Amino acid sequence: MAKILAVDDSASMRQMVSFTLKGAGHDVVEASDGTEALKYAQGQSVDLVLSDVNMPNMNGIELCRNLRQLPGYKFTPILMLTTESAGDKKMEGKSAGATGWIVKPFNPDQLLTTIKKVLG
Amino acid sequence: MSIDLSQFHQVFFEESYEGLDAMEQGLLDMDMVSPDAEVINTIFRAAHSMKGGAGTFGFTQVAEFTHVLETLLDQIRSGQRAMSQDIQNLLLKSVDCIRQLLQDLQAGNDPDLTESTTLKGQFEEILSGQSPVPATADKSDAPVDDKKEEGGGGWLVRFIPEVTLLQTGNEPARMFRQLADLCDNEMQVSLDTSRLPVFTSLNPEECYLIWEIRIEKTINKEDIEEVFEWVTDDAEIIITPLDAGSAQAPVAETKVTAEQPKIEDVQAKPAGAANPVSTEKAAVKQPAKQQESSSIRVSIDKVDSLINMVGELVITQSMLGQLGQNFDITRVQRLQEGLAQLEHNTRELQESVMKIRMMPISFVFSRFPRLVRDVSISLDKKIDLIMSGENTELDKTVMEKIGDPMVHLIRNSIDHGIEKPADRVAAGKPETGTVHLNAYHQSGNIVIEIKDDGAGLNTDRILQKATEKGLVAEGANLTQEQIFDLIFQPGFSTADVVSDLSGRGVGMDVVRRNIASLNGSIEVSSERGRGSRFVIRLPLTLAILDGQLVKVGEEIYIFPLVSIVESIQLDDRAINNVGGHSDVLQLRDEYVPIVQLDDVFNIEKEKRSIAESIIVVVETDGEKIGVVVDELMGQQQVVIKSLEENYKRVDGISGATILGDGTVALIVDISGLSKMSGTSAKILDGSHKAA
Amino acid sequence: MSAVSEINEHSNMEDDVLTEQYLTFIMADEEYGVDILAVQEIRGWESATPVPNSPRYIKGVINLRGTIVPIMDLRQRFGLEIKEYGEETVVVVLKIFTSTGARTMGIIVDAISDVYDVPIGDAKNRGLGDNQNSNFIKGLVTVKKHMVILLELENLLTIDD
Repeated sequence: MAKILAVDDSASMRQMVSFTLKGAGHDVVEASDGTEALKYAQGQSVDLVLSDVNMPNMNGIELCRNLRQLPGYKFTPILMLTTESAGDKKMEGKSAGATGWIVKPFNPDQLLTTIKKVLG
Repeated sequence: MSIDLSQFHQVFFEESYEGLDAMEQGLLDMDMVSPDAEVINTIFRAAHSMKGGAGTFGFTQVAEFTHVLETLLDQIRSGQRAMSQDIQNLLLKSVDCIRQLLQDLQAGNDPDLTESTTLKGQFEEILSGQSPVPATADKSDAPVDDKKEEGGGGWLVRFIPEVTLLQTGNEPARMFRQLADLCDNEMQVSLDTSRLPVFTSLNPEECYLIWEIRIEKTINKEDIEEVFEWVTDDAEIIITPLDAGSAQAPVAETKVTAEQPKIEDVQAKPAGAANPVSTEKAAVKQPAKQQESSSIRVSIDKVDSLINMVGELVITQSMLGQLGQNFDITRVQRLQEGLAQLEHNTRELQESVMKIRMMPISFVFSRFPRLVRDVSISLDKKIDLIMSGENTELDKTVMEKIGDPMVHLIRNSIDHGIEKPADRVAAGKPETGTVHLNAYHQSGNIVIEIKDDGAGLNTDRILQKATEKGLVAEGANLTQEQIFDLIFQPGFSTADVVSDLSGRGVGMDVVRRNIASLNGSIEVSSERGRGSRFVIRLPLTLAILDGQLVKVGEEIYIFPLVSIVESIQLDDRAINNVGGHSDVLQLRDEYVPIVQLDDVFNIEKEKRSIAESIIVVVETDGEKIGVVVDELMGQQQVVIKSLEENYKRVDGISGATILGDGTVALIVDISGLSKMSGTSAKILDGSHKAA
Repeated sequence: MSAVSEINEHSNMEDDVLTEQYLTFIMADEEYGVDILAVQEIRGWESATPVPNSPRYIKGVINLRGTIVPIMDLRQRFGLEIKEYGEETVVVVLKIFTSTGARTMGIIVDAISDVYDVPIGDAKNRGLGDNQNSNFIKGLVTVKKHMVILLELENLLTIDD
């Protein structure tokens, strides 16, 4: 199945996302902030990036912008995990090259349904 | 797929507590006038993560409360609102409130929402009041196409993407596949290639095609819009009902709702749902009880070093195994080397395992900035808290137990030590007082110092009070240290006015007792007008002790090596009989009371004369006693086992251990022993210094 | 105790009666029973390390696979005549769960006797009066025509000074 890079500074969210995706047969790589994710991405390509927006060191928007600069990530779907109150963040994410977003809070089923939109 | 979200609750609670600590820390450090952007960001992120997690894991109450917090913080972060003392106070209160909510939830209780509702009201007042910008600039609130359009006979969708569409990772083919799923493949897609440039100027990364999709099934327009949700800004999407005719000019702005995607399974719509899923709550109930100290975070380094050592142990073991297979007497030396290696490995492993329980004392220190702030505000005092040595490590259990005594000492320093600003200025001191916390390691102990530059201990007052309370004889001639020591006596309190802070029925005697129960000690030194300094000494771990084995009759007892001053063998002449019954030993310029261990412990044995015995001079709480035993045996490290667990507390005994031969030996509690033997009363008669 | 508890002279159980199993032992010609679920193990007498200032009936503590376990002389606890420990002397290690947590303790008895099924509620607390030991006794049952004294472990294993 797909290889997915999950980026979130919250360990519980990361675990939940990762557990859900692995349960659906995906291969998941976890990163706790943008810097860590970018470092991984520089060496590896993935089929999908799921990233939180608010993170220390490098936030999701910056991560997205940086990923789009990498040749291997030009067309890779990047979904931002955002909250409903962050309307303008969505726009900012889009302009940074994000593919779409998943609105928090979400449950495992919602997550799986949403990522189907961009996989395969 | 059904996933039990409760399995992530514990992690959520832990990270939320950490987040709250970070928020508290950030708030306390904050410079009101020009707050550091990164500090505000950190606070915001903590609130934000908590809200996201709480929503996801079904803790609606927390999610709703953190939402208002986050909104306010976001305004501060984006510079729309200035930070103020009031906001700081409100946020700090909220930190406490959320912590309480989480603790309740973790324990499986229904949280009390009174406080959070009040605070939430205050937030909303701030937010609605002079909000510079409408509180939540949320696009999702924008009205969606009001006209309910019925696509009675299907829809015609014209999809005109920007040429850059692909660069956001969006792929038209996937959207069409989704549409096809929606309408059970009852659709036709036609391609408009009019935008295609000539081949030579074609950029393969751009999207020149335009699609027209004819959906021949009755489906909701919203569902179609949802398919294109992510590309509304990257494409022109024109959706017209089929029966209305494709010629009709379509409504250009097809706003798409940004609400969470609708999914058939509404079983756990977390944040909005009226009641959190009750089965999840039930599931956390049980493990929550003991969570306080049941887990520990260990750095990878420590784990790696353990793995290395186990590796070495395995090598040694296989070496010894081989040796054993064809052993003859010529190989004795190899065997001895192997056993020495094994011992070395075991000791290293033991040390490393112990290190796992070690955590930096910053876990305790971190709660003090808040304490000092709150207490100093309530007392109208100005105080700087300086902390150093926060990374000094100590055993987790010791750490959990040292927090309360330290809180008491710090409150005390602020309450009784540091003077009011005016008094300080009058005394020629800076207006702002200083409380300094320091921690460091010293010969197998951790030392914690609490130092203030306040008024210092008033020896006259202490002595007067102690005399009144009958703790010390009238006209007794005490040294300064002995007077200072009086504040640790039960029933002693100097504060004339029982303030809100001290005088809670917890005296310094309790502080000393708590510290003693950790095998530690506390000392105070002070200078009038310059300040006081409390020094707490604690063993690094409660699990292991360096012991001196002694024999009394047939029994072996263990003395903690740290409390032994010296061991001496004397003739009878060195012992003086005081008042007909209690013996004292003249040790250089001091008289040391003598305790017969067999008397105190009721050990049946033949009496020996002092000359045939050994006197172990031990020191506890700053006083010495000489304990008479029959024999000194070896010194060794012993693992401390609880005697209380299956039996009860025994005076004079702090625990038990298992010796090499499998038998049990008891560990002597020196300060308890000193109390039992009744020697502690003697120090107050002022006569125990040799003339 | 329930109304069913007319003392059964024939405690051989019908299948539909709920029963508890008791391990019994002999002490001064009396048979005593303890709830078998509390019995951890039975071991021979070995010397224990005396604990200072303990009641006389506490003989000391032993090392039971790394835990420190106190040993109580039941004869002395009941104020019976002291008997020298011999080869038959056994220590029954009991583990009970109290409000303050689990507690393990060994009791020294003369000899182990048997295991009986006793219907729940069958024990009669009769004629014990205010005897100082009545606290330690849950009740009496008659098994195979002789009396067995069932012990109340929580009280028995609580050491007061």
